[in-house]
Order: sequence, then structure tokens, then C-alpha cells
Amino acid sequence: MKHVGVDIGSTTVKVVVLDQQYHILYKYYARHYSKVRTETLEVMKQIRSLLQNEPFTIAITGSAGLGTAKHTGIEFVQEVFATRIAVEHFIPTADVVIELGGEDAKIIFLTGGSEERMNGTCAGGTGAFIDQMATLMNMSVPELDKLSFSHKKIYTIASRCGVFAKSDIQPLLNQGAQKADIAASIYQAVVDQTITGLAQGRRIEGTVAFLGGPLTFLKGLQDRFRESLDLQENAIFPEDAQYFIAIGAAMHSVNSTATSYDDVLRRLTDAAHAKTTIETLPPLFSNKEEYEAFLHAHRTDDVQYCDIATYEGGAYLGIDAGSTTTKMVLITEDYKILHSYYALNAGEPIPIVLEQLKQIYALCGDRIRIRGSAVTGYGEDLIKNAFQIDTGLVETMAHFRAAKYFNPDVDFIIDIGGQDMKCFKIRNDVIDSIVLNEACSSGCGSFIETFAKALGYDIREFTALALRSTHPVNLGSRCTVFMNSSVKQAQKDGASIEDISAGLAISVIKNALYKVIRANSADDIGKNIVVQGGTFLNDAILRSFELEVGRTVTRPSIAGLMGAYGCALVAMDQQKETSSLLPLSQLESFTHTSKATTCTACTNRCKLTINTFEGGHKFISGNRCERPLGKSQKRAVPNMYEFKLNYLTSLTPKEGRFGKIGIPFALNMYENLPFYHAFLTALGFEVVLSDVSTREIYQLGQHTIPSDTVCYPAKLIHGHIENLLEKDLTVIFYPCMPYNYDEKKGDNHYNCPIVAYYPELLHANITSLSEVSYYHPYLSPHDRRAFEKQAFAFFSEHYPITKKEIRAATSAAYSAYDAYKNAIYDFGYKTIKYAEANDLDIIVLAGRPYHVDPEVHHGIDKLITSLSLAVISEDALSPVIGKQPSTVVNQWTYHSRLYAAARYIADKEHMHMIQLVSFGCGLDAVTTDEVRSILEGEGKIYTQIKIDEINNLGAARIRIRSLLAAIDQLKERKAK
Amino acid sequence: MATLQYDKTGRLLFTKEMKNEYTLLMPMMLPIHFGFFEEIFRLHGYNAVILDTTGQDIIDEGLRSVHNDFCYPALLTTGQLLHALKSGEYDMNKTALVMSQTGGGCRASNYIHIIRKALKNQNLEHVPVISFNLVGMEKNPGFKMTPKIIAQLTYAVIYGDLLMWISNQTRPYEKNSGDTDRLLESWMRAIKREIQKSTSFLPKAANEKFIQIVRDFHAIERTTQDKIKVGIVGEIYIKYAALGNNNLEEFLHNEDVEVVMPPLLDFALYSLNNVLVDYRIYHKGYIKTTVVKWIFRFIYALQDKVNSAIANYSDFRPMQSFERIKELVKGYVDTGNKMGEGWLLTAEMLELIDAGIDNIICTQPFGCLPNHIVGKGMIRRIKQNHPESNIVAIDFDPGATKINQENRIKLMLATARRNMQSTSCRIPALETGKQTV
Repeated sequence: MKHVGVDIGSTTVKVVVLDQQYHILYKYYARHYSKVRTETLEVMKQIRSLLQNEPFTIAITGSAGLGTAKHTGIEFVQEVFATRIAVEHFIPTADVVIELGGEDAKIIFLTGGSEERMNGTCAGGTGAFIDQMATLMNMSVPELDKLSFSHKKIYTIASRCGVFAKSDIQPLLNQGAQKADIAASIYQAVVDQTITGLAQGRRIEGTVAFLGGPLTFLKGLQDRFRESLDLQENAIFPEDAQYFIAIGAAMHSVNSTATSYDDVLRRLTDAAHAKTTIETLPPLFSNKEEYEAFLHAHRTDDVQYCDIATYEGGAYLGIDAGSTTTKMVLITEDYKILHSYYALNAGEPIPIVLEQLKQIYALCGDRIRIRGSAVTGYGEDLIKNAFQIDTGLVETMAHFRAAKYFNPDVDFIIDIGGQDMKCFKIRNDVIDSIVLNEACSSGCGSFIETFAKALGYDIREFTALALRSTHPVNLGSRCTVFMNSSVKQAQKDGASIEDISAGLAISVIKNALYKVIRANSADDIGKNIVVQGGTFLNDAILRSFELEVGRTVTRPSIAGLMGAYGCALVAMDQQKETSSLLPLSQLESFTHTSKATTCTACTNRCKLTINTFEGGHKFISGNRCERPLGKSQKRAVPNMYEFKLNYLTSLTPKEGRFGKIGIPFALNMYENLPFYHAFLTALGFEVVLSDVSTREIYQLGQHTIPSDTVCYPAKLIHGHIENLLEKDLTVIFYPCMPYNYDEKKGDNHYNCPIVAYYPELLHANITSLSEVSYYHPYLSPHDRRAFEKQAFAFFSEHYPITKKEIRAATSAAYSAYDAYKNAIYDFGYKTIKYAEANDLDIIVLAGRPYHVDPEVHHGIDKLITSLSLAVISEDALSPVIGKQPSTVVNQWTYHSRLYAAARYIADKEHMHMIQLVSFGCGLDAVTTDEVRSILEGEGKIYTQIKIDEINNLGAARIRIRSLLAAIDQLKERKAK
Repeated sequence: MATLQYDKTGRLLFTKEMKNEYTLLMPMMLPIHFGFFEEIFRLHGYNAVILDTTGQDIIDEGLRSVHNDFCYPALLTTGQLLHALKSGEYDMNKTALVMSQTGGGCRASNYIHIIRKALKNQNLEHVPVISFNLVGMEKNPGFKMTPKIIAQLTYAVIYGDLLMWISNQTRPYEKNSGDTDRLLESWMRAIKREIQKSTSFLPKAANEKFIQIVRDFHAIERTTQDKIKVGIVGEIYIKYAALGNNNLEEFLHNEDVEVVMPPLLDFALYSLNNVLVDYRIYHKGYIKTTVVKWIFRFIYALQDKVNSAIANYSDFRPMQSFERIKELVKGYVDTGNKMGEGWLLTAEMLELIDAGIDNIICTQPFGCLPNHIVGKGMIRRIKQNHPESNIVAIDFDPGATKINQENRIKLMLATARRNMQSTSCRIPALETGKQTV
């Protein structure tokens, strides 16, 4: 008897027919383009001759196969299980199976305690991740694969999330890193994700079988796995690896009752034609009239053009040098467009701008004189320097200026580009709050484009279909990967392409509104909304947005050029006679070379690009601070983050009677270290710290992290423990602290659950900790008497320590802690005085003590001081202000400080707050809203920067510069 | 009509006047238990309504009203309350909302403020929000937790647990489909009638009821076929509420699985136990501990009665004693781990394995802070010590799709089926004797 296995995955369908001895008689592999049932039916029709003469057994498997199986009544087998059946038969020597699919990743441990695992909610390390990265690199997956072979080095690329990875890759591209190196690094990220996300601490050893599409077709990926896991000949890449799941399903079907070809065909036909219930939304347009009215309403937001060949007079140039595209606009004195340009820059804006400038000069001739020029965007500084542009400004200001032209009362701007989303509110003619998309809020234009491609459509064709949809699918609004699986579900249920396309448009908008902007209501975001960015040129997106906010918005016809147009307007505002722009003669002889290097001046290790222009004129980019520029700093601006780090790292070990004890220098130890250092030193321990965090330290412990959505500061501790173990420490101390010091500023004084109990998690997940003495008692320094009792009970059990000694050590501990706190207050006070004397503004870089960790803040403090602003932390201010009323439960010590500091600066003209928030910090969902409302209540601007493992400050820079621009605007207005 | 009164912090109070005029809306978690709660509140003069609404609208309302980085239960409960409030079914000027509050170090303590914020944003500030707690937070003149109410709620939890516990053991095996649910409904009606009588909550009367319940369920005609048993643990709301876990129980039931749902009483005892823990670690509250120990004795006595009814009159699996649960968690996390579900979550996994139920779904909202540690953070060690355990962690949030969740659960079930074929049944070691504090 024959056995049939049907594997319906997220993007492909695979069918195999086996004979009695499990030999493959027939195999089929194709993309199903979401037409799951029809495609399956088609395949079955093709193999009529093979199956129609005798009964056979059949089973369906795969993540998109469940619905089909349910509907047809055909046996279903879970795909990991099917894989296991096939592997056990065909590769009996395998110890581990790694199978990567389109959107799933699986690992099966066959020997030594069998275990199966699938990727969790974040889908880094899957085929979809590779597809996404290839799109970003502007190449096909096979091209990427080929390229990866010629790599020379590997960069670290965040592996958990496509958005993070993109943030790592984009700067590399822009700095001119070799594409081959990046290709291999992308594969390495997939490998890392498999080791950390999937294996979660279990070692991948022995004979490893690799299955699934990506691992079959991508030889470069195979190489990375073989090398990283040190497998050599123990890596098995079986023939037909992409069919293994289908084979497993066929083998599984052996036990089920045999069926006939006609019966199966009838069931599949029924299923293909069946209507299924899908959660749907109202259509974008309920009738033709609505559509006409919509088109009519948006006809008015057009900009006028003027013929460059005939115009005479002054003109203004605007350049938007984005990270992936370059846009240029030349306008007349009466705002008409003479010339516009839009192109992908492949990370190299200079040649493109040079070419365009030459062309513009040629078109202008003697009739048109360029009176002013301005540049914005990622390449702002570079272009400004290279071509002597008059003005450089931050993107948000450029967009605001342009939007104001189209709607003078504009109070909200949303810009959705291919890869980025920016939204900002305007209040009192000043940019008030800026929101940028981050991980978990990643759906942008390219997302729809990738989908269109995956489903076999051109983007225009695909979005046009959305307008005809009658029942858009409800796809949810979180990460794009979630959307992927929602689409999968819709496909499974048989939704039409029209409905999927409309559903995608709606979900991009819902994502923007509820996930990125977090709007409470339509009125909450604004009454005069201007939408822009290339993605809004798509009518389905525009319509979804209008439906969701319930009002008509302004979409300028040049939605994709607004940054450049705004620059041109700003150039005009400056009323110059002549622009400093390089004249044509100098452009003719223009030369430019760039060299990538790494700065060694401090631990941030900034990746620098040294640009050399004609005549040896140099420009350095990629730096966080002034140091690599070789300029002696005019004045050392006070930086409390640096001060704190220096204070803590200067706590040195002293030899003691009990020998060495290690403390991981991470998380709450950034505040509690002086206390425990003094306490343990006084007891007679030599306190050894783990090294200051680096990416390498993180990677040391990456494989023991059980929950990949926990915050980065917590993940780092795993590495610090490994670092201590490498130092051969046999005693490690890291206490559980549910309560923090009571500073009498809240209703209670908790730590967050992570700070409170993470020591217990480390104990349960780092197996090597069982080989040393790992001390993680519950201690509560908020109550001195309780602390003494706890400490005595714990330490006297392990060491000959008396109560008296504990008491003395406790005294030393409290003194050391007070000394540290006083040093912080003192530094804060002096900074305020210094700022007053030197006419500096102060940024309160607020967050939690561990944000001082340079691997956590990635050098944001230095970025701020490089803009001549002093930096202090929130705890420096909290003693000068008492308990504050709040609209939330104020029961965490760190939070109380934030609220107190926000209150304190709310009426201080020269102090501003930037709140650092670690990705995944659930408690900051509470604090950010509260801090925002405290600041905005007093007319202050709230700025939040989300940080995670990614080491790219692009978004932070935009936020900080926008804040500065807004502050300047406010000051200017006051001066008037 | 009742006037709006505020306390000195500016919080809108629920007044005695309001008690007479207002409808109290409460979010649903466990249908059996909360049905009893509703009855008890009504008995004491509150016009309480436990919301049994479901659907995408609730999620959408939550997404609109709650910071999306907040956890899913906050989003759902707020969504359910606001959705009902605005449904037109209730007079918005005569409705108050009720939300539970624990006061612990988990962000769940903030739910009540989240709801207030959402009301404020929608110009519904005049709707009072009542904190339902047993530790004296946010007092309201019109809503008082009297000892009598607390005692009745305790009984309601015990009745609810018993009905949930044994109906889960008969439903998958019943020969006549629907027998279990019919019996369950008739018993729920009976208990509600008992509540109205208000005198029947005496240990002796209760004991008789326990025995009757056990006998009735035991009399249901059942197959002896061995089925896969799956325990559900996790964040309390997601674990219990069908709205939170995409009808997980129903899904498992359709997979022909026996669902084992840990009793709600354990969570109550866990909360109570924190008083003892605080004394042990922080040396605070000696007097409270004596009171709490007395309460423990009272509840243990009741629970022992339930378990002896089960042992003497049926072949059902008894519930684990709380003291045993505390014992099991040693070596994993300290009982000082008390934020959110704290150590209890780890203990519940161990408790299930201890009772021979190796297949476990650990449910949590996406990004749940305590769960990083006591849920996902302990699975590795549990598997190390119990290689036979088969645990899958599932995240729930508004964007998570049912298909991905179901696929992972199906994998767990496939493994469970294989394990069932390969191993003979282990006899669980259970203590059903008397418990002491």
C-alpha cells in the first residue's frame, strides 16, 4: 500500500508518496501563495494515475495544514512530531534535529532526555527573518547566500527581532561594510538565535540533522551552523531535507485506515470550495460613491510645479539624505517645484547628490540662482560638509516645516516610509512629542511590499486589490511576525487576496495608531493631521487611516518628498542672498574617499567613517562624542553617568580572611554595590567584580537565558556570572531583594520582580553555578534590624562570623551607601551650579540605576554631552523633593524617584528630562505615562528613548536633536 | 440621585447612597466561582453583575484604552468593563466598576488606576471604581468587606473549586454527552439557593453538601478509558479566564484531553501565606501571623473535609494540600518570591507532576514580569529533575494568533500521546491525611 504525506507550511506545500518500504515514489514542492486548499487539490489531481488504482493512507501536517485537515477529516499530525518519525527512521544516528521553516523554527533532542521545542513569540531565526534581511539588502535570497561565501569577518547582528537586526545592519551598510560580511553575519544571527532562543541552555551536541527549506537551499547557512556548533562531519544535511516533514506524515498515516483516491479528492474539493468563517472588518469602501468622494477629497492637496527651463529668479534647494533613499527638491520663490528627485542610495548618498547637483546646475543655467540650501536626514552632516550646504536640520523640523505649508494649523504629523515610522505632535507651534517605531511595532511600507512579493504580486497591483475588498481580514496589530501568522491563519481559512491585502493595510494603520502612537481616541492624536511618507501614497493605507481616526486628513501629493520640500522651505525662510553651496566648477573636480575604522578612545568602540574630500578636507562620522575628532574638548561638561561608573569601578578588592567573593556587576548592583562591597569587605571577603558589561560579556551568557522577552539589563547578568566563573571564583554573591531602600517617597518601596528574584532564576538555569557556592539569600537593607538578622542567619551558617561582626559590617555598609548617595547629590548640586554659571542646559537622563551600564545605554550620555548639555540622573534630584501625589500606585523606589525628579524639573527652564526605557520593562508602561503627564502638565516636553541590545543611536539622536530644536524654538519665542 | 464624593486624595468614592442605586460591574474570570460571588454580593444588597461578554470588541476597547505595553489581563479586564459600560445596557450615571487589587510588587496592582485613566480619557470620570481587596486598600463607605462576606466568599471558593475539580474529571469520560454539565448546572443553582438562605454556610451543613456533590458526580456513567491529562498553570487571569486564553479548556476538551485546573483556593492561601513569609524574612507582623494561622486552620479543616469526601465517596483525584505544595517548591524558589503568582506558579507545575500529571501548559501574558522567573525561568530545572515532564509555555496577547498557540499545544499533546503509549501509569504519591500549619 502507498502512503501519502501532505505538509502545508506557512509559504509552501510539500507532498510525498511513499511505497511500503518508505521509498519516495513522488515528491512535490511549491509555494502556495496563500491558496492553500486549491493548491493542495491541484497537486492531488496531478497524481491521479499514481493513486487511483488502490487504497492508500494519507495524513496532513504543517502549520497551515490544520484547517484543511479539520475540514476534510483527513488525519492530522503535528509537524515536529512528523519530523521526529521521519528522522528516527532515516537518520537513526541523529542526536539533535534542527529544522528551520518559513516562520517556525524547531529543535528536537532525540537522545539524553528527549525534548521538542518550537520558537516562541519572537521569530528571529526563521526563513522569514532571512527573507526580510535580504529585502533590506536589496537582493534575492540566493544572491545573499552566494555572497556569504566570500565573507572575511562577522559582525554582531541582533538576532531576536527583524527590527533590531535592521538597526544593526543599516549603519553597517551606510558605513560601507562589505555586503559579503553582512550576509554571513545575518546567517550567524540565525545560528545565534537557534542556540539561544531554541536550545535555551541545552547544548547542541552529537550528530545534528538539519532540515527544512532554508537549511536545504542555503549553503552559506549550513556553513555557519557547521562552524558555530563545531560539528564537521557530525552535521547531516540529508537529501530531500525539505520533504522530511511530509515523509513523516506519510509514515504516520500507516496506522490510519486506508482510503480511496476519489474519496480524498472529493473531500479536498469540498474544502477548496467551502466558505469558512473568518473574523472580518468592514470594507474600506462600501460603495463606488464613497470611493469617488475619497478620490475627490485628496485631489486638492497638490503642490504646483514650474518649468525649470523657463523660470527666472531665485531658487532654494532641499535635500533629504535618508538611510536608504535620497530625495532632493528645488523650489521657486513662490513655493513651486522646479525639480525633484527620489532614488535609493544603497547607503552611498554622496555620488547621487553630486550627480544631481551637476544636473541641477546645468538646468538652471544663468537664469536661476540658488539662494539657499538645507539638508536633513541620516546623512545630514556628511552632505552638509561635502557640498557646503547652508543649513542642516533634524528630520522632524524639516517635516514639520513642510506640513505647515499644506496645513498651517497642523497639529499632528505621521510619516510612514518603507522601513521607518515617525509621528509627532505639534503644540503651540512647537514639536511636542515624537514617536518612532521600534521593535514590536515594525509594520511599515516594506512589510506590505514583502508580503505582496511573497504572495506573487507587484506592490501596486496588490494594494489596488485592497480597494475592492469586501471583507478585510482582521490581522491583529503587534509585530510583523504576528501578522505573518495571522495571514497564515486567514490563508488557512480560505480568505481572498483582496481581503488579505485590505487587512494588511488596516493592520499597518492599527499598529501605527495603537502600538506606536498609542492613541486613546481619534481626537487624542490631533484635529489637523498631515500624513506623509511613501507608504501613504497607497490609497488603501490612507483610507484605512482615515477610517480609523474618523476624519479626513491632508495627504500632500508629494508625500514622499516632504523632508526635502521642508528643507527647501527652511532655506527660503533664512532669506539669504547666495547659498554657500559648492559652485559647479568645484563640483567638476569633486573627489571623495571614505575609510571605515573603529574608534579606540573609549569602550563604546564607535564605528567611524573617515571621509576625505577634495583638498584633504576631512569629515568623520559615526562618532558618539568629540574625542575621535581630535578637537580638545572646549570644556568638560558634567556627566553624572560617567561619574557614577567611575565611582563604582573604583571600589577595589581588599584581601580578607575568607578569600574571594564574586559579585556580578549588573542590574541593581549599579546602586547596591557600595553597600555590599563595604559589608563583605568588612566581614573579611575580597570582593571581586565581574568586568564592565560589553557585548562579548552578553554573549558569554546568552545560551542560559530562559525567557527571551526579558529586559536586556537582566539578560546581561547571565554573562556576568559566566565572567565571574571564568575568573575561577568559587563563591558568588547575588542576593534577592524584593524591597529597595525606603526613601519615603511612595506608598511602598518595592523592586521590580526581575531585580527582586532574578538571582533565583540564575540558580535554576546556569548549571555551572551548582559547582560553586552561589549565595542568593533574601536580604532587605531597607530595614537595618531585619537585615542584620537575615545576614547573621545566612553568613553564620557558612562562616565563623559573630553577631558583633555582622553589626560592624552593617554599619560600614550603611556608611558606604550613604557616602555614595551623598556623592551623587553633591555632583548633582555642583552640576546645577556649574550649568547656571556657564549658561548650560541640563538633561536629566532618567531611568534606573543600571542604565549607567555602558552596554545598556550605548553611549547616550556622551551623545548628549557632545551637544553641550550637562547630564545628571534622576536620583540626584529626588532628595530635594518630597513624596508626590500620583495617579498610579507609587510603590517602587525607582519609580518614586522618577516622579519626584519630573516634578522638580517641571518648572525649571534650563532642565529637561529624557527617560530611558529598557525594552520589555513592563513596569515602565506605568512610569512613562505618569512621567509624561507630570511634565506635560507643566508645559514641558517629554522625551522617551527605548533601549535594548541594539547599539545604534540613530533614533536617539533624532529624539534628542528634536528636543533641542523645540527648546530653542520656545526660547526664541520667549525672547521675542 | 447619589452625589459624587471624593476622599482627600481626590479619589471618587463609592458611597452608601450609591450602594442602593448603582449597578456594580465586575470582570469575569471563573464562571462557577464568580457566579457564586455575584450571588453573595447581591445577598448583601449590591446590584452586582459579573460580565460574561466575549468577542473582539472587548479586545479593541482594551487596545484603545490601555497602554499597549501593559499586560494582556489589564487590557482585557479594562476592555470588558468599558465595553459593558458603554454598551447602553447600563445607566452610565448609575454604574460602578469593581476590580481586584493585590497590592503586591507586580504591575497588576495598577489595574485599578489603569481603569481610572481610561475612564478619564473618555470623559467618564464620574464612574466610581472600587478596589476589591482584603488588605484594606482604598476604602469606600458604600463597599465594605465584612467578615461575613469574606467567610461566604471563602465557602464559595471551596464549593467552586470542588465543582470545577471533579467536573473536570468526569466530563471527558462521561458516556452520555452533557451529563456533567447538566449536573454542574443543577449544583450551581443549588449552591446559589444555599447562599440566599445565608444560614447554611456552617461547616457541618457544608460537609454534607460536599459528600452529596461528590456522590452525584461519581454516579455519572463514565468510560474507564485512559485519557491524556493536561494541567494548566500560569498567570491567574490568563490561566482561568476563557477570554484571556482563547478558550483553552474548550480546545483541550475537543482534543479529548482531561483538563486539570488547579484550585483557586491555592491562590488565596498563597496570598495569605505571604503574611507568614513576611514575618519569617522581614520579622514584621507577629500579631497578624497568629490571626493568619488561625484562618489557615479553619480553611484546612474545610479542605480536609472536601478531600475526605472525595476519598471516601469516589475514585476522583483529590486536591493537593497547601502544605505539600509549599514543600514541593523547595530548592526552586523561596516562598519569599511573592510578586504576581510568585512561587505558587512553580509549585503548581511541581504539584501536577507530583500527582502524575506530566503534561503542563504554562500560560502567561506576553512579557509578564514575574513569569520570566517563576514560569519560564524554572522550566529548565523542573525538566532536569523530572525528565518525564512535558511542559509548554504559551504567551497570550492581542496579537498572538490562535493557530500558533494551538500548534505548540498540539506538539505537547503529540509528545504526551507518545509518552502515554510508552510508559505504564505511574501511581501518584498523594497525602490525603490531616493538614497542620
